[in-house]
Amino acid sequence: MEILMSIIIGALFASSIYLMLSKSLLRIIIGTGLLSHGAHLLIITMGGLKRGAAPLLGEKAASYVDPLPQALILTAIVISFGVTALFLVLAYRAYQELGTDNMDEMRGNEAND
Amino acid sequence: MSLLHLAIFSPFLMAILVPFFYKGLRSIHTGWFVLILPILLFTYFIGFLPVTRNNGTVEKSFDWIPSLGIRFTAYVDGLGLLFALLITGIGSLVVLYSIFYLSKEKERLHNFYVYLLLFMGAMLGVVLSDNLITLYMFWELTSISSFLLIAYWYDRERSRYGALKSMLLTVFGGLSMLGGILLLSIMGDTFSIRELISQASELNGHPLFLFALILILLGAFTKSAQFPFYIWLPDAMEAPTPVSAYLHSATMVKAGIYLVARLSPIFAFSSYWFWIVGAVGIFTMFWGSFNAVKQTDLKGILAFSTVSQLGLIMSLLGAGAAALHFDALNDNIYIAAVIAAVFHLINHATFKGSLFMVVGIVDHETGTRDIRKLGGLLSFMPITFSIAVIGAFSMAGLPPFNGFLSKEMFFTGMIQLVDLNIFNLQTWGMLFPILAWIGSIFTFIYSMMFVFKTFSGKYQPEKLDKKPHEAPVGMLISPIILAVLVVLFGLFPNLLSYSLIQPAAAAIVPSLVEPGELLSVHIVHWHGVTTELLMTIGVIAVGILMYLTLSKWIKLYTLFPGKVTLNTLYDTSLYAAERGSYTFTKAYMNGFIRTYLVYIFVFFIGILGFTMWTEGALKIDKSNLAPIGVYEIVLVIIILAGIFTILFAKSRLTSIIALGAVGYTVSLFFVIFRAPDLALTQLVIETVSVALFLLCFYHLPKLNRHEERMGFKLGNLIISLGVGTVIALMAISSHSNKMFESIASYYVANTYKEAAGKNMVNVILVDFRGFDTLFEISVLAIAGLGIFGLIKLRLAKKGGEADEN
Repeated sequence: MEILMSIIIGALFASSIYLMLSKSLLRIIIGTGLLSHGAHLLIITMGGLKRGAAPLLGEKAASYVDPLPQALILTAIVISFGVTALFLVLAYRAYQELGTDNMDEMRGNEAND
Repeated sequence: MSLLHLAIFSPFLMAILVPFFYKGLRSIHTGWFVLILPILLFTYFIGFLPVTRNNGTVEKSFDWIPSLGIRFTAYVDGLGLLFALLITGIGSLVVLYSIFYLSKEKERLHNFYVYLLLFMGAMLGVVLSDNLITLYMFWELTSISSFLLIAYWYDRERSRYGALKSMLLTVFGGLSMLGGILLLSIMGDTFSIRELISQASELNGHPLFLFALILILLGAFTKSAQFPFYIWLPDAMEAPTPVSAYLHSATMVKAGIYLVARLSPIFAFSSYWFWIVGAVGIFTMFWGSFNAVKQTDLKGILAFSTVSQLGLIMSLLGAGAAALHFDALNDNIYIAAVIAAVFHLINHATFKGSLFMVVGIVDHETGTRDIRKLGGLLSFMPITFSIAVIGAFSMAGLPPFNGFLSKEMFFTGMIQLVDLNIFNLQTWGMLFPILAWIGSIFTFIYSMMFVFKTFSGKYQPEKLDKKPHEAPVGMLISPIILAVLVVLFGLFPNLLSYSLIQPAAAAIVPSLVEPGELLSVHIVHWHGVTTELLMTIGVIAVGILMYLTLSKWIKLYTLFPGKVTLNTLYDTSLYAAERGSYTFTKAYMNGFIRTYLVYIFVFFIGILGFTMWTEGALKIDKSNLAPIGVYEIVLVIIILAGIFTILFAKSRLTSIIALGAVGYTVSLFFVIFRAPDLALTQLVIETVSVALFLLCFYHLPKLNRHEERMGFKLGNLIISLGVGTVIALMAISSHSNKMFESIASYYVANTYKEAAGKNMVNVILVDFRGFDTLFEISVLAIAGLGIFGLIKLRLAKKGGEADEN
């Protein structure tokens, strides 16, 4: 399962990088969304999969899955949400001000030489 | 802190006071206040003469940065005292001269004297420091104050150019020197020059020795305007004439000479030292005098003459290095070279200082320094003419002036090199006296040009701005004093022998001086018909001949291609460096975010891939894997389908929904992987995110219309596949390389016992690792405030356009 997950994570990363290299601002943000999914899955995969019960003591199981990666991912999800939301609004405002979402057209003015 | 330290720092303290004098007492020329200090210092340093006469030394020290072993040790011996006397003595004369040279009304005098005092203090610090770090500090301070002084008239373009050039070259040398100092301190484990000298023989064999030698010589050569670094000196002539007289002839350019002399006891045993110092010196001597003849500006002649004379002193110091290899000889003839170097150092400071002042007077009284416009000034300026004759004849090496004596001693030193049988000198040794002789002929020619093109010949009033007349008395005092010294040292050279020259020479070759003994220094005018004398006669004869036929062969200089000069090299390399870095930066910083991301990802693939490959980290361990169920396969298929939909979707809306699908699948994965809290959060957040995406982009009408599929780019595909592969391989390998057990068992055991909770993830978030959560809350708060600000604040909007929403 871990190897399969690694390949899926690789696929998520590859597609997110491909999107980030595109010109459209929206696609870049979609790319960051995919990238954070990949990263979250990577953390939980590296913690080991399906070895025991959910990390709730009420289960009274013999073994539980590792709770620490889950706590880390929870933090990461919230942070990436905050960042994504800010990015989205930033892109929205950029579109409003500049009238484009093409990154190439958003290049800064050439320095005078 | 002692009186000696106070003496070194007093110019800096005085520099603080200068602006107050300038602002407060406008009616009196600020220079008069400044003048007191160098005179006081000069008399103070005269007081050390009885000590150094017998090779005694004075040392005062205080801690500066004790943890790094940096003490400010002021150390007075013969060499340091000689320089200190030159600095303060000529400093006093230059300040006196500048009082009459610079106008009280028109010039920014406070700037001038602050810079000049900074320079004086820095120079005293250089020559009286025993600690190499403090020496370096003062060394750079001389560069900076010289920079400020050259650009004193900063509204002139040439001044700024000259200042920048001298700054770049001397700071380049200074930094090299710092490198050499650090290497020396690594080898000898101390910054003290005297402690380094005491371990000179051990240092000699050290593998870093040669590097230290070359780096330190780079510093000395750039400061002392040796070939090929002399090019800053002629451009530094844009400075006011008192500055040229003081810095660029008598003191600062001799800092390099001082450094070579001071460190001779450490390096002189090496044949590299002999070769580099000697050969560079003699070639600079020849090249400087050769180029001086073609100058038409009086200051230009003097600048190249300074270059040439510094080369002469440098070559003598190189020749003096040979002395160390013959300490068995009773009468070590090579010591004569060291003595000649010290003697010429004094002589050069006297006559060159006076000559610069003469140029200043001529410039001041006629309005030009161009020898093509000058001529026939003899009847207008008899006193200036006399001073010029004394200085120039001394420079040319004519009796009875002091230049004659040191030139004779120079020839002696160079001739003796022919007899030298070390350092492979048999074949190349002849070049030294030959270059010295040719250089002296050119020296003679430009000295004669200096005097006779200015003061004799036809008077050309139509070319002059002013009616020439004799300078005011105040302006003449300083050059007269210097000229008197030229004659005095010429007639009675032994006035200096045991008071100044012997202690200074002894400091350069300390290993040859027995304790309690003195080097024998006896300078005589007439020592029989020797080769040296014949050479001098030859110089005079050929020189007169060539001077008289000057107009015939001066065209020779035009044969040299005008563009192939070191200045062109400097200018083009500076231009090329600027253009090159501009082109380079422009090429890789093209402003496209895609390009920068490509750099980042390519390096990511390269570095991680390379490291994994070389470290042999690639490994697949199948023993510890979880089983794959049907649900997982279905989810994997959904996630892949989502990815491909995003990549190939034509409409943006489709990609946004597909992204949502991937997010929900991820939350289903969390369900399967027994992470209920994650699944919940992921569901909620994915919903909100998709809503935000839609809010932001679906409602922008224009964007909806021209939708197109993402263009295919092979480069992007390769890079993204590369990153994906590296990540996947890294994940597999790191899973296969488990080093130790997880700390999860602690949380399992203690979640209820210590924290009274049963949900381990939540307890970790708010109890065991509550700080993370605190700042995660802050991140959310900042993001919220940021979004609020982005939407509400529209400061840049001009003209009160209506908001779109």
